[in-house]
Amino acid sequence: MNIAVCIKQVPDTETKVKISGDKKSVEESEINFILNPYDELAVEEALLLKEANGGDVTVISLGPDRVSSAIRSALAMGANKAIHIKTAAIPQDPMSTAAALAQVLKEGNYDLILLGKQAIDDDHQQMGPILAEKLEMPCANVVTVLEISGRKINARRQIEGGFEKVVCEMPAIITAQRGLNEPRYASLKGIMAAKKVVIEERTVELEEDNIEVLEINYPPEKPPGKIVGEGADAVPELIRLLREEAKVIS
Amino acid sequence: MGKILVFAEQRDNEIKKIAFENLTLARTLAEKLNHEITTVLIGDQVKKAAGELGRYGAAEVLVCENPALALYQPESYAKVLAEAAKESGAAIILMGATLMGKDLAPRLAVRLGAALATDCIAVEPADGDLKIVRPMYAGKVRATIRLKSEVKILTIRPNVVMAVEDPKQAELKEFAADPGEIKTHVEEVISGSKDKLDVTEADTIVSGGRGLKGPENFHLITDLAKKLGAAQGASRAVVDAGWRPYEEQVGQTGKTVSPSLYIAVGISGAIQHLAGMSSSKCIVAINKDPEAPIFKVADYGIVGDLFEVVPKMIENL
Repeated sequence: MNIAVCIKQVPDTETKVKISGDKKSVEESEINFILNPYDELAVEEALLLKEANGGDVTVISLGPDRVSSAIRSALAMGANKAIHIKTAAIPQDPMSTAAALAQVLKEGNYDLILLGKQAIDDDHQQMGPILAEKLEMPCANVVTVLEISGRKINARRQIEGGFEKVVCEMPAIITAQRGLNEPRYASLKGIMAAKKVVIEERTVELEEDNIEVLEINYPPEKPPGKIVGEGADAVPELIRLLREEAKVIS
Repeated sequence: MGKILVFAEQRDNEIKKIAFENLTLARTLAEKLNHEITTVLIGDQVKKAAGELGRYGAAEVLVCENPALALYQPESYAKVLAEAAKESGAAIILMGATLMGKDLAPRLAVRLGAALATDCIAVEPADGDLKIVRPMYAGKVRATIRLKSEVKILTIRPNVVMAVEDPKQAELKEFAADPGEIKTHVEEVISGSKDKLDVTEADTIVSGGRGLKGPENFHLITDLAKKLGAAQGASRAVVDAGWRPYEEQVGQTGKTVSPSLYIAVGISGAIQHLAGMSSSKCIVAINKDPEAPIFKVADYGIVGDLFEVVPKMIENL
């Protein structure tokens, strides 16, 4: 099985996001970058399939030099090939990133393209379905259970309060949601092996972004809250406030 | 005169609340931009439900019916919606930032050559364009953006706009709904228990954290949620520990929510949790540690033992 995993490098969830002086971007200097947690699930799923069926797992990432460390993390988990699409920055518009990824993905003749359901930085959550349209492949989006027999894919896609049972044929795109698996930690052997993999570098002509960021702001600060009281004795007053002041319960 | 298209999401032939919220938003935008509104409803035998859209000001509803479209089918819905958008000459398309909307909108964007803004929390006409606000980093910051494409697609976060009625007699127009080729086949929808609300749809959420000490104590959260007609949520710590299922996780690697009332029980308020819920309209924190960061975002707090406070709440509500 020939599997591609599209990955993105993102700030750690513990990061306090600092807005830069021009208010159009986020300060990168103090950020600890990691492999996007949902993409980690995609890498793990690819590795499980490789272990069961053989084949290659190629990780593909687009962005500046720094993203190579996310690529190395995926290689350390066990991926055996990598492509770095080098750009000066990661586009604001996922449509531009998707166009570049689609170009590279087309050449690879992959049976399966895996990625996280969203990146936890810009939260666009568009990539899977966009790639599906561009590559004319089926896409099971936000998947928590994946079963493959031959070329047939059975997946469970999460929806509000339940699941959709999705059936499709390879080649296909799957986006990973938490619950799909438990990503492994890289072993020392894996980390050493990852260092030996040559990351193929590619350059692309990026399309123009159709999303323009005018300004980035912090959410409005809330006025300090009220400590209603201590212990169970404060409950009647809390309920009164929720009813009469906040008017959020009846 | 431009057109605003509202996609009326339905499941089980029941129109989702987000459709009424988006119709309300569409009316505000239409008035300021001097636009007209067209609503698109896709499904099987959905005509009956269309009348309800009129209550929220839909004067024209394109009804796209086909037995093959009873369940959400990604390629078919995208195809039919793209055709309806082209036919009506829509310049702005409003959808819900729901699991259906999040799958459908990017497909539609490719088919229409449109740019897409997802999970928007505010939309304002400005200088002949739209100023759109959408959270990033799960709400740690908010970006104000504009879409440079001719056709603009927006998915709006549920619960951000309050649906307001404006009764009209909806004129129903049948619109050809050829499902085309289905590659991604949705065979079946499996619902969780009917009375279990999803956190992204709920107006009130009660979430539990590590302060509950073990999975066996979460009946306190369930009971309080039941009393309030609320959905049940959880912090990442308790989901990671396997005490609660992933679907309930609120935060940066879980779900981002904006209910009217969010009650955090035994949750200290890690930055990644706060990011996912701090845009809730009213936040209540119950925690024994007065220094817990959750109190910084809470509107009301009780410092105390949740094992005494929560039963008292259940009793007094």
